[in-house]
Amino acid sequence: MIETGQPVDREVGRVLDVRDLAIRINAHGQQVEPVAGVSFHLNEGETLGLVGESGCGKSMTGLAIMGMLPPGGSISRGSIALAGDELVGLGERAYRQVRGNDIAMIFQDSMTSLNPTKTIGYQIAEPVRIHRGASNREALERAAEVLSMVGIARPRERMGDYPHQLSGGMRQRVMIAMALACEPKVVIADEPTTALDVTIQAQVLELLDNLKAKLGMSMVLITHDMGVVASRADRVNVMYSGRIAEIAGTEDLFSRTRHPYTRDLLASIPLLGQDRGTALYSIKGIPPDLAERQSGCRYAPRCQNATAKCHEEEPVLAGVSTDHLFACWNPIDGEGVRDQSAQVQIRSAITKDVPTKPRLSLVHLVKEYRGSSSAILGRSLGSVKAVSDVSLTIGAGETYGLVGESGCGKTTLGRMIVGLEAPTSGKVLLDGKSISHVKGRDARHRQREIQMMFQDPYGSLDPRMKVSAILAEPLVIAGQLDAEARRSRVAELLDHVGLPLSALKKLPHEMSGGQRQRIGLARALAVEPRVLVADEPVSALDVSIRSQVLNLMRKLQNELGLTSLVISHDLAVVKYLADRIGVMYLGKLVEEGTGDDIYKRPAHPYTAGLIAAIPEPDPAIERGKPAAGVRGELPSPISPPSGCRFRTRCPMAQEICTTAEPPLAAIQPGHRVACHFPLSAAEAPGGANRAWQQEPHPKRLVLLDE
Amino acid sequence: MSAKTEQEPSPETSKDERVAASWRLPLTLKGVARYRLGLTGGCLVAFFILFSFLGPMVYQSNQNNVDTLNALLEPSSEHLLGTDAQGFDVLGRLMQGGQISLQIGFFAALIATVTGTLYGAAAGLIGGKTDAVMMRFVDILMAIPFLFVALIVSTRFNPSVLSLSIVLGLFSWLVPARLVRSEVLSLRTRDYVSAARSMGAGKWRLVLTHLIPNALGVVIVNITFQVADTILAVATLGFLGFGLSYPETDWGGQLSSGVNYLLSGYWWLIYPVGLCLVGLVLAFNLVGEALRDVVDKRRTV
Repeated sequence: MIETGQPVDREVGRVLDVRDLAIRINAHGQQVEPVAGVSFHLNEGETLGLVGESGCGKSMTGLAIMGMLPPGGSISRGSIALAGDELVGLGERAYRQVRGNDIAMIFQDSMTSLNPTKTIGYQIAEPVRIHRGASNREALERAAEVLSMVGIARPRERMGDYPHQLSGGMRQRVMIAMALACEPKVVIADEPTTALDVTIQAQVLELLDNLKAKLGMSMVLITHDMGVVASRADRVNVMYSGRIAEIAGTEDLFSRTRHPYTRDLLASIPLLGQDRGTALYSIKGIPPDLAERQSGCRYAPRCQNATAKCHEEEPVLAGVSTDHLFACWNPIDGEGVRDQSAQVQIRSAITKDVPTKPRLSLVHLVKEYRGSSSAILGRSLGSVKAVSDVSLTIGAGETYGLVGESGCGKTTLGRMIVGLEAPTSGKVLLDGKSISHVKGRDARHRQREIQMMFQDPYGSLDPRMKVSAILAEPLVIAGQLDAEARRSRVAELLDHVGLPLSALKKLPHEMSGGQRQRIGLARALAVEPRVLVADEPVSALDVSIRSQVLNLMRKLQNELGLTSLVISHDLAVVKYLADRIGVMYLGKLVEEGTGDDIYKRPAHPYTAGLIAAIPEPDPAIERGKPAAGVRGELPSPISPPSGCRFRTRCPMAQEICTTAEPPLAAIQPGHRVACHFPLSAAEAPGGANRAWQQEPHPKRLVLLDE
Repeated sequence: MSAKTEQEPSPETSKDERVAASWRLPLTLKGVARYRLGLTGGCLVAFFILFSFLGPMVYQSNQNNVDTLNALLEPSSEHLLGTDAQGFDVLGRLMQGGQISLQIGFFAALIATVTGTLYGAAAGLIGGKTDAVMMRFVDILMAIPFLFVALIVSTRFNPSVLSLSIVLGLFSWLVPARLVRSEVLSLRTRDYVSAARSMGAGKWRLVLTHLIPNALGVVIVNITFQVADTILAVATLGFLGFGLSYPETDWGGQLSSGVNYLLSGYWWLIYPVGLCLVGLVLAFNLVGEALRDVVDKRRTV
């Protein structure tokens, strides 16, 4: 057994060596220790994934290495060595020499991390001037060089741009350029792609990989996404509640998992290839409060394998070799990540081939936002085409999933259905009767039949109302029940979503994100609506909480026979919840079919590219993937491309795609696609990937040359 | 995830309630007490209220009849702060002036806040052209110098506590109107407002149950500053001689009559009242700052 606590000689090839790191934060007069006893190292040229749920201390660890802990935070114990030089206790002036020069950080939010009043050229040149003592001209020269390195076309022209003139993906590239301008030894990327769409995420991750190899850097990749780790990291640290749970090579971690938390975490993630007949595994409870003292293993209260010892004594990070370490008294065997016996079967709400009568129909629905015109000049900026002519039908008791990247119009569509936005043209039919363009009491009454569950568990509940008032509100508005009946209905709702009655007296901020989302669901169900629209119901939740809410939604769909529309950017979530799936791109519905149609037999090149871009938490799948999915960026919705809207990014686009708009036509019963050249089902199952391999791709060519 | 969300506790049993409650319910004593300066300000305000309203019961003095025999007496055991040119006891006069200042301050602030909140909430909620017209109207009123109008009004009418409060109130609702409007603009796009709308809630319900209660933090902070401003405005009017008519008095009037004797060494006519004025305005500002810190904190967390 090798234990990390003991002094070991500094090994060669380690650029970063963190030993027994503990961070303390003074907040509101309380002492909190968000990170304790964290030890890991980073080898030269490697990518180390630092993965965990929010609050596990992964970002804190990154900030500690940068010497940028938030006010009130300090390193209370341990050492951080950069190529043998100790960083803990370094003075601010000396640290500034290190920061940006030897270690650089890429932040998550490129909008707030770039200075909006300075050009990007100036911002990239800044670290060069500071650290290299370069003249203005030299620094700008270097900035142009780095910009072209991160794949920005015509860098000299773009240098004069301000951050707001760039798209999200471009801004992230600029952030990377800033971090790399001085060719640091170590790059800490804190959720570098979390704010980006999957197709852009794939491009940015690939860029990071290439640059790392080219410049010989090492990278710490902080993320909550097991899929990103599986595709990009050489080794992975799994963190839980401020401790390291497991350290292993990526392959080992996924195939020979030893820590129960890692196993449970992996099992809670819905996979694209998963059969939706089985319930997702969910970890019970929520992560511990850092402010509370807890003896023993931090994961013990939620762990299936926990024994008395786990609750008493904290396990040390140990293992049979230095390559695979874990902090657990009862490590699991490591074969079956998904324990077959633990799986619960859920039947689907409707059997596939029985057609049900349509409950909700969208007929040629269009939404255009008039461009904001300047009040004085009256200059019109053209209208934003958010949703363009979308027609679809959802049967009674059916769950329809709508998937697409940001800006595809899926949320606008949902808001039109619940009546929060009025359609520009077209209508929404509920049981054959139009509910759009109807005014007055009657409209409100019919609108009540369609309720919405919102994305943000913090913003969707009034912070000043107690849960009892929040749940009673729709009933009060509907005015159907007296006070006594309302109370019993509210209690019944709480029971539906699996919360105790004691929750009634709580204010939203006193509950966790998952609990709040349950309240949001209960509120939507209060008036027994006929249709439920769920807009990104779980995207704000952590993985372990997400599976709890997903399972709850599945259960309620079945029990209540609810017709629902689930909107999400996450295909895996939609596929788990929905009977049928529609894929949207730039305001258009481009493909529609069952989950298997979409995943196994995608016919639209966009769907195929989207699937290829989604990082899956399985290194085996990730290795088989082509270099990147969809290239390029989303065109402006103000002036969408003529003909097929996807043609600007499509590898198969031809003349006709520019001139004629492809209609949504059935290629098989129930499988419709809007494409002139649909991918044929014969290409499946690898069809998705093959379409994208036809594209000449720089990295691919380089590999062929070798 | 940013560092901020990392730190965020997700309490199930909510042991963290103490911390959380203090920023969610900023208007509790506990929340304010965490700010020492704010507490000092609160104590000062309480002191002035007691001093002005209960003081006269403890310290009785002649405030009704001119007594030229006892005019301009130095502070003594009989008259703790001496007497003024009319022979009124200065300490008692201070108390009376304080009553007027506080009454007008609170009353005007109340008028301003209620008007401003409703106006701002309506503008923010209706939006579009109506909003633009309503806010331009506010801009126009803001451009009119208040002192100018107040002077005209007070020469036309005999100023009383009520009329002064109304005039001052009608001029100071503009700031809360702007504040509430911008708050409502941001609040009305929140998901919980959308949720209520999709349940079929009417406009009044949205305003009264969701928008105003959530904008209230900002409004209450503003009230304290408003009171301070009004007290200064009353003093200004009084100093210029357009304050309340004799025998009633306010601190501004006392100051202006005291100024005539400043060079003669009658310091008790000017320093006590000046200190009271500065102290009271400062106290309200301190309370306001502390409340604002608490309310703003809610937003940054």
